[in-house]
Amino acid sequence: MSLDSAAIRRIAKLARIRVDDSEVATLQTELNAILGYVEQLNEVDVAGIEPLSGGAQMTMRLRADSCTDGDIAEQILANAPDRIGDFFAVPKVVE
Amino acid sequence: MTLTDLTIAGASALLASREISAVELTAAHNDAVAALNPRLNAYITATPEQAQEQAKAADAAIAAGTGTPLTGIPLAIKDLFCTAGIRTTAASKILDPFIPPYESTVTAQLKAAGAVFLGKANLDEFAMGSSNITSGYGPVENPWKREGSDAKLVPGGSSGGSAAAVAARIAMGATGTDTGGSIRQPAAFTGLAGIKPTYGRCSRYGIIAFASSLDQAGPLARTVEDCAILLQVMSGFDLRDSTSAERPVPDFRAAIARGVKGLKIGIPAEYRMDGISPEIDALWQKGIGWLREEGAIIQEISLPHTKYGLPVYYIVAPAEASSNLARYDGVRFGARVDGEDLIDMYERTRAAGFGAEVKRRIMIGTYVLSAGYYDAYYLKAQKIRALILRDFTDAFAKVDAILTPTAPSAAFGIGEKMDDPVTMYLNDVFTVPANLAGIPAMSVPAGLSSEGLPLGLQIIGRHFDEETVFAVSAAIERAADFTTKPAIIAGGA
Repeated sequence: MSLDSAAIRRIAKLARIRVDDSEVATLQTELNAILGYVEQLNEVDVAGIEPLSGGAQMTMRLRADSCTDGDIAEQILANAPDRIGDFFAVPKVVE
Repeated sequence: MTLTDLTIAGASALLASREISAVELTAAHNDAVAALNPRLNAYITATPEQAQEQAKAADAAIAAGTGTPLTGIPLAIKDLFCTAGIRTTAASKILDPFIPPYESTVTAQLKAAGAVFLGKANLDEFAMGSSNITSGYGPVENPWKREGSDAKLVPGGSSGGSAAAVAARIAMGATGTDTGGSIRQPAAFTGLAGIKPTYGRCSRYGIIAFASSLDQAGPLARTVEDCAILLQVMSGFDLRDSTSAERPVPDFRAAIARGVKGLKIGIPAEYRMDGISPEIDALWQKGIGWLREEGAIIQEISLPHTKYGLPVYYIVAPAEASSNLARYDGVRFGARVDGEDLIDMYERTRAAGFGAEVKRRIMIGTYVLSAGYYDAYYLKAQKIRALILRDFTDAFAKVDAILTPTAPSAAFGIGEKMDDPVTMYLNDVFTVPANLAGIPAMSVPAGLSSEGLPLGLQIIGRHFDEETVFAVSAAIERAADFTTKPAIIAGGA
């Protein structure tokens, strides 16, 4: 399966990465090389095999549903590219 | 006595007996960083003033009798660990302005033990790479040189700044992280020891996430014992990481002296791959001989799905990365590039902030998780990941540890292996399976290539059996007696 230029643009859109026209061909070659490399997985028979999602040899732990942190608005906002009072500021979303 | 040449164990003894002070040990390292870092680019941010303050506190602690084996020991911290008040970039321009308000658990534990932080070490951007070439802050130069050549070589990656710093003696040890070989491969390329512990052994809290089911912190140092000293402090249960292992941390340093008599060591036939350099194969055979002489029982084993490890990794890791890196959107922290509207701002911010390799991996990950392709790629890869774990489980029913080469070649030149992304990915072919299975693995320097570059052997162990990994690694270290130093070194070669 090979990605065409429209697919590259669609993936970039999904990934929220702006891609200029001049970059599409290079990305197409590189991503197809990677997908070509992983094609070999098709030769493995995985019938009846449960997928392994994590590296931990344990079941997930539950914790008490309680608040352990808070009142640190200044710390959280300290790295904001833009803020208004105690809010993160972004370009206008609703006209 | 050259202070920068001491091991952690050696310096620790001299500090405890008050023969040297932490302040003079740190000053020697700060001077060495100032002298060599402009060339090596091993640190993105050097923190000499912080180091001096910590050294003074360390001397006070030693005087008060409250020192630990790490009190006053100067370390490099991979710039993937959040350090409160100290800029943390993950070597990405998108995090260029980021100053964490909190501390990672691993670095907090090192600080509590009295360690001194010399600075934040360079790495591949978001730890994605095997050469340190993808750093947004420029490549790191390997302090080693091919005989008769001044060509700049890569230190490996992604913990390449950590590795170069320790090899060049501008840090006594370093923290690294290993998602597919990022501690072990740079350790091999720079003549160091480095261990990726069992998944869950070190807390991931405050480590900038790449692929969360694979990422593990671990140390790089000049000896196996120094790695044991560092890992001891870095390990332990942490409520703030849901995959942190709630189990006691054994005495790693004590395991070093155990020896390998009677241990069964597996040699996996599938690691004899096409394209492995003959001298690496020869070194592997030498390693087998050393362990046999020490009384280990050598056994051929089979890990039939080995060759699928790398393609599984290049689906699973980008998939997790695409999800983890979605947070870099120019809203809450990091750099922002303004746009016509919110979506345009996201897209411009991410286009400007991420480098080429990070974009590639986010896009591959986005694709393999997208509707219609999830089953064919991601789910399939997770099933083969289960088979890779089963291979190891079967093998560890018969043997106590596994011996392999760490990397298929010695360090290569800056600019080599850049033809296409897959050529670079092949560096990790021997290291990736341990991450997929979540098991501990260590690289130890075992010899030199015909060009005079260090080569490493890898020791893989059972889940939570770092002790056997340390015991076998120490036996290899003793037999190899690796004492060659790199060309570029603090105080001159």
